[in-house]
Amino acid sequence: MKFVPSWLNRLASPQHFFIDIKPWIMWLYVLGTIGLLVGSVWGLAFVPPERYQGDSFRILYVHAPIAHLAQLIYISIAIAGVVHLVWKLKMADVYMSAAAPVGCWLTALALVSGMIWGMPTWGTAWVWDARIVSTLILFFLYFGLIVLRRVIPNPARAATALSILAIVGAINVPIIKFSVEWFNTLHQPASIELFGDVSIDRVFLVPLFINIASISVLSAGIILAYMRYLVVERNASMTWIQEWSRGKNQ
Amino acid sequence: MKSHRRRRLTIIIFLFVGSLTTVLISIFALQNYIDHFYLPDQIVNGEVPLERKIRAGGMVKPGSVIHDSTGLGVQFDITDLNDVTFRVHYEGILPPLFREGQGTIVAGTLSEDGVFSARRVFAKHDEEYVPPELKGMQEHDDP
Repeated sequence: MKFVPSWLNRLASPQHFFIDIKPWIMWLYVLGTIGLLVGSVWGLAFVPPERYQGDSFRILYVHAPIAHLAQLIYISIAIAGVVHLVWKLKMADVYMSAAAPVGCWLTALALVSGMIWGMPTWGTAWVWDARIVSTLILFFLYFGLIVLRRVIPNPARAATALSILAIVGAINVPIIKFSVEWFNTLHQPASIELFGDVSIDRVFLVPLFINIASISVLSAGIILAYMRYLVVERNASMTWIQEWSRGKNQ
Repeated sequence: MKSHRRRRLTIIIFLFVGSLTTVLISIFALQNYIDHFYLPDQIVNGEVPLERKIRAGGMVKPGSVIHDSTGLGVQFDITDLNDVTFRVHYEGILPPLFREGQGTIVAGTLSEDGVFSARRVFAKHDEEYVPPELKGMQEHDDP
């Protein structure tokens, strides 16, 4: 496969991944944390309140980045599922296992922050509209990915089951995305379209994009760190891991 | 790509496209059940069940909100872009974001005379985020 760059090819091997990724994680943590602090302080303290919603709109800076990333991570898990089923890459399986809990937490936080936002604006924390229900389904899909790994003792079969659930479950992501356009919902339609209008005023946008970028960077760091942990766990019998751990203990 | 990989990829694509089609057909067939509320024209054209708990939504017609002189009673009109309108009676506290010209969803029952008795009122905020100093300067501000 010539279309895969050599560094990426190298990262597909657990041993090289384990060694090469280590220095990146700290940078991702630092960059993500600083970015989140800057974006959140900017959004919470230095941006004017919204004309109707007042200060309660500021939860946008928490809710939108988290909800966006929760969907993005599910898509990435589904792609890893395809890679695992077709090319049988070990690291694709490791990625699915590492990213699922992160996505699960993000989805839970998106639901909770949405409820907190709903109380002062809509006048209710929860309604059964299409956007909210499809996001709840996303949470259960993530939960399913985590549980599936635990209940299937054979790792190879677990990985196959995970991949299939991830791929089929990915159908839910466009449903979440378009639920506010296809159906009547209490949730408002999207404010930012990739190839269209942005209906958020410019003064609100910069901290929002900082937070979207930072939460992605921070989550990438957490996922990569967890992947390294899983590599150690799954390769514990390998000589290179034992050499590494001996080297560490000296 | 080796042939066994190509075969597996084909199976996956068929699996995905097949399930996607199934799910999309199902949810569009169930559209009436997935929609969270009825629109004003459905209410006015008698497409909704009477005297049963339903939700209806639209825009609060500007200038239509009348508060009772005593108590929490309030009446207002819900309208759509084509000026199809129905009347709502409600007794209770309105959400802070409820205002004329903004979206709202009411839960309650529709009576035979076309008046909607709301048990609960929700405010539907739109996707526009505008700082207060620009209020009134933008055309979408006051529909």
